[in-house]
Amino acid sequence: MASASDDGPRIPLDPDVDLGPGDGLHPLARGRRARQVQAVIVVALGCGGVLGAVSRYALSLAVPTETGRFPWGTFLVNVSGSAVLGFILILVIEQFPRGRLARPVIGTGFIGAYTTFSTFMVEAVLLIRDGRPWDAIAYLAGSVAAGLLAVWIGMTSARLVLRAERWLQEELW
Amino acid sequence: MTLSLFLVVAVGGLVGAPARYLLDRAITGRIESDLPWGTFVVNVTGSLLLGLLTGLALAGRLPPVGKALLGVGFCGAYTTFSTFTFETIRLLEEGRILEAAGTVAASVAIGLGAAAGGLAIGLAF
Repeated sequence: MASASDDGPRIPLDPDVDLGPGDGLHPLARGRRARQVQAVIVVALGCGGVLGAVSRYALSLAVPTETGRFPWGTFLVNVSGSAVLGFILILVIEQFPRGRLARPVIGTGFIGAYTTFSTFMVEAVLLIRDGRPWDAIAYLAGSVAAGLLAVWIGMTSARLVLRAERWLQEELW
Repeated sequence: MTLSLFLVVAVGGLVGAPARYLLDRAITGRIESDLPWGTFVVNVTGSLLLGLLTGLALAGRLPPVGKALLGVGFCGAYTTFSTFTFETIRLLEEGRILEAAGTVAASVAIGLGAAAGGLAIGLAF
């Protein structure tokens, strides 16, 4: 197994890229079997998608964006979702590297559907259209900066938790 | 009313999230580059579609149910902000600063253009 210094290289750049059965090391994960596995993943992912979309809709009703105002609802959704995704992906990848469902359901399905890029873009365009270009720039730059920081905080927290966990295990045994 | 809109949003999410996964895999499986092109394509196409839907809604050509199903549900779940930021941080962790900056700049610039174009088309209908 990997050393105690947990970091990057083993984690794929694209969090989905090695999920599919086609990438499986096992010869069983080919052909018909692979399609069955893929179908299970897609269904599970859809369930995560339902949860994510409904959560986002609920939050958008709770924090409504009035026309021409700064879209705090989407901002909160995207930043909080980024933090959670960073935390969960590192935990899942490090702890359950062979797990096939946790990442699609929680990461790709739930958090992926909870956060949204299209609403982010359209709201920025609407701000520009309403004659508020500075709000649009603040919204774009603020979301990206806060989102990146949130993902990083999530990932770093997960790595610290895992490191503390390993340290505790060593101390206890 | 609100409850039925929740159900409609749920249906959009049920389709949108797997659509993103399947398209993302189809793209990343076909290209050599390990840059997050799948997420890029998903986000730009989703922004174009949501721009179009928003234009139609503003022009009074799309009922609230359609906006909830295709806009909030499908486009919202199909596109993703968290995977975009995660992949950017992963690039930064690997020291690929220019590629990370390029990914962000291209996603935002082309995403904005797609959303604006979609909106203009929707309003023109």
